[in-house]
Amino acid sequence: MKEAKLSTRHLIGIKDLLEEDIHLILETANHFKEVLSRPIKKVPSLRDFTIGNLFFENSTRTKLSFELAEKRLSADIINFSASGSSVSKGETLLDTVQNILAMKVDLIVLRHPSVGAAQFLKERTQAQIVNAGDGTHEHPTQALLDAFTIQEKCKKLKGIKVAIIGDILHSRVALSNILLLNKMGAKVRVCGPPTLLPKHVSTLGVDVSYKLKETLEWCDVANVLRIQTERQELQYFPSGREYNLYFGIDKSTLDQLEHEIVLMHPGPINRGVELSTSAADSKHSVILEQVENGVAVRMAVLYLLAAQKSA
Amino acid sequence: MHWTLNEIQNCVAFNSQLFTKMFYICSEFQMKKKAKIILDQDGLNRTVTRLCHQLVEHHGDFKNSCIIGIQHKGVWLTDRILKRMASLYPHLKIVQGKLDITFFRDDYRTGGKIPQASETDIEFLIENKKVILVDDVLYTGRTIQAALQALQNFGRPASVELLVLIDRRFNRHLPIQANYSGLKVDALDKAYVLVEWKEEGGHDRVLFYDAENPKS
Repeated sequence: MKEAKLSTRHLIGIKDLLEEDIHLILETANHFKEVLSRPIKKVPSLRDFTIGNLFFENSTRTKLSFELAEKRLSADIINFSASGSSVSKGETLLDTVQNILAMKVDLIVLRHPSVGAAQFLKERTQAQIVNAGDGTHEHPTQALLDAFTIQEKCKKLKGIKVAIIGDILHSRVALSNILLLNKMGAKVRVCGPPTLLPKHVSTLGVDVSYKLKETLEWCDVANVLRIQTERQELQYFPSGREYNLYFGIDKSTLDQLEHEIVLMHPGPINRGVELSTSAADSKHSVILEQVENGVAVRMAVLYLLAAQKSA
Repeated sequence: MHWTLNEIQNCVAFNSQLFTKMFYICSEFQMKKKAKIILDQDGLNRTVTRLCHQLVEHHGDFKNSCIIGIQHKGVWLTDRILKRMASLYPHLKIVQGKLDITFFRDDYRTGGKIPQASETDIEFLIENKKVILVDDVLYTGRTIQAALQALQNFGRPASVELLVLIDRRFNRHLPIQANYSGLKVDALDKAYVLVEWKEEGGHDRVLFYDAENPKS
């Protein structure tokens, strides 16, 4: 019987994971995907484990996906949203978390608008931390589920050409994806208007392109990102319509390509800006499969991390 | 009953021979920790054949029955049984599945490394079916308990039976018994029974170690 364990007690970012860890998570996720196809989709692994979902920022997919993953693993859960809580009365992040931990919570899933929030908690609390997105820094479970989806579609990760298109500057999904795909031997190219590409992005070991058509011809997989207007304090491009003209993808763009590509998007989609409705709902799109895989991948992450509790 | 002197002498001689032999085996285990083969290839084939006949005796045409092997060694035993079954009863069509119990284990989160999951392949509902669970060794019963729990994910079976190659009768932690067993082994807790299959690169045989698992 093969045995293994993750090299870390927390999941703060992809940068902390080894290649073996990523393989282990993806392989375990594959088994959980099978569990999710059963008539009864539940396993008892985490029945003595309590998880707190702390969301200091809005979320639909990630929050529901984590919650469902936890329930499928039989964990006890408590949910916390910043709106409607004592955060509005001035309670600090650390105080909030320590009060929640006093209720005997084993693991915290944290989404926070500030970069490094998960690391901050890891250094100051006893609980295990899973980063569900910290500002513009990392969103490791999204990168893992993207990699899982790519591996499922392309049968491998090594050597696969992945283009990440759009608002790279404000995207935690982009950074986590770049780190993960590089570790797994995929080729990554980022593409977008120069104002939305970080100045030194090529030092991460990626190609840079400003031409959408050329990038789409090059890649096997296009991961299209949302324009994050909520994080943009400056005007990075003249208008949504102009962005759509140069970097928007529609059905005809995809049909004109010489080979078929896989179209991904972490959601939520700005329909008519980065993707047209016809492209988002086309046969190229695996956007809903990403969401489906998200539950299995998060089950794998929680299952493997929880195993280390008493280690 | 009166025994002649000759009979008594014979009996003593036999017993002392047996005693010497047993002593030899015990000391061999203690000194060298060597394994004893308790079932060789021929013996294993015979046992599998007997188990096949027993299954047919109870399940007839297998119309409402299915056989599910527990990963990994139970799956290999299932394959052997079905292979033998195909030559003994070629008209029988038997539904087969593989069950992985990793996510249902009760020793998860005791620290250290955890077993990696493997494939579960049950392409049918077990609702109202007679299920035959198959594993290589029945020891504490915990694996079977996990398997029974895992089975519930696939429906409510009409009944569940257990088939094992080796039944270690005196080491149970739970009230679980086998319906069909190849060989019953009575041994102390520290002893270890290892079933080897050609599939894993060795021989077809069952080994008995007096000490802990030699592979751990």
